[in-house]
Amino acid sequence: MAKFRIAVHITPRKGLLDPQGNAVRDALRTLGFKAVKDVHVGRYIIVETDAYDAIEAEETVTDMCRKLLANPVTEDFEIESAVTA
Amino acid sequence: MKFGIVTFPASNCDYDAYHAVTEILGEEAVYLWHKDHDLQGSDVIILPGGFSYGDYLRVGAIARFSPIMQEVTAHAKAGGPVLGICNGFQIACEAGLLPGALMRNSHLQFVSADVRIRVENADTLFTNRYDRGEVLKIPVAHGDGRFVAPDEVLDRIEGEGQVIFRYADADGNISADANPNGSERNIAGIINDAGNVLGMMPHPERACSLLLGSNDGVRLLESILSRVAA
Repeated sequence: MAKFRIAVHITPRKGLLDPQGNAVRDALRTLGFKAVKDVHVGRYIIVETDAYDAIEAEETVTDMCRKLLANPVTEDFEIESAVTA
Repeated sequence: MKFGIVTFPASNCDYDAYHAVTEILGEEAVYLWHKDHDLQGSDVIILPGGFSYGDYLRVGAIARFSPIMQEVTAHAKAGGPVLGICNGFQIACEAGLLPGALMRNSHLQFVSADVRIRVENADTLFTNRYDRGEVLKIPVAHGDGRFVAPDEVLDRIEGEGQVIFRYADADGNISADANPNGSERNIAGIINDAGNVLGMMPHPERACSLLLGSNDGVRLLESILSRVAA
């Protein structure tokens, strides 16, 4: 067993209204960033887990995303490659 | 009839629900602690409003894994009545007892106000004491009440009569202005396929006395009473 660290990005499902992203976008425009087109606000989660190898660690975290970390109705998730912690 | 009211960490409408059941309805109620595995023989389960687990991760996401939820889910699967109010609605969605999810209000503000909801289906366990099309005055108090689901799910639950309440104006017109949170199709409350799990953002338990502005919520509790043998 080794210890791995995996970063998870969770974002609002594309196409769903993202009022938080819109509010940040509008604030950026007000600040003078006129070229900003779109902003989405999500969550960044770091999981440390024991696993035999990186593949097992990534599979485990993917399972975590499906079961708890992301809501399948409203959110998308991506996981980064596992690194030894 | 015995009502079991689940207390999660940071539930804050459990006492309101208890009051409504015992003082207004005149039935027995017990608090069910989230760490327990015993429904204490409850006939009806209420998942009350609040901010369970501090709304961490997502509203309702952690409460779903409370020990008591295993028994609540088994009760629901066996056809037992479950009423999820506000945070309870969010928990029921996260637990897969109801379709869809509740997201941040479209205007990003917490809304605490009396709203009007129109009864869309009066032939359910929870609404048989109302008339279809009747407009009720019931308060809401939430920051994450915008009901969302894929279009095909929305079409299906509408087609099956599972949309029970919609935000409306005082005359019963469904409009964007009457929608306090940007909910899809003005949906305020839905029921599951089997008809025994109702989730709603408005608080019927807080609308049980004219002294407090409305008693339109009483008949929801009476509806359950009339259908479930004591």
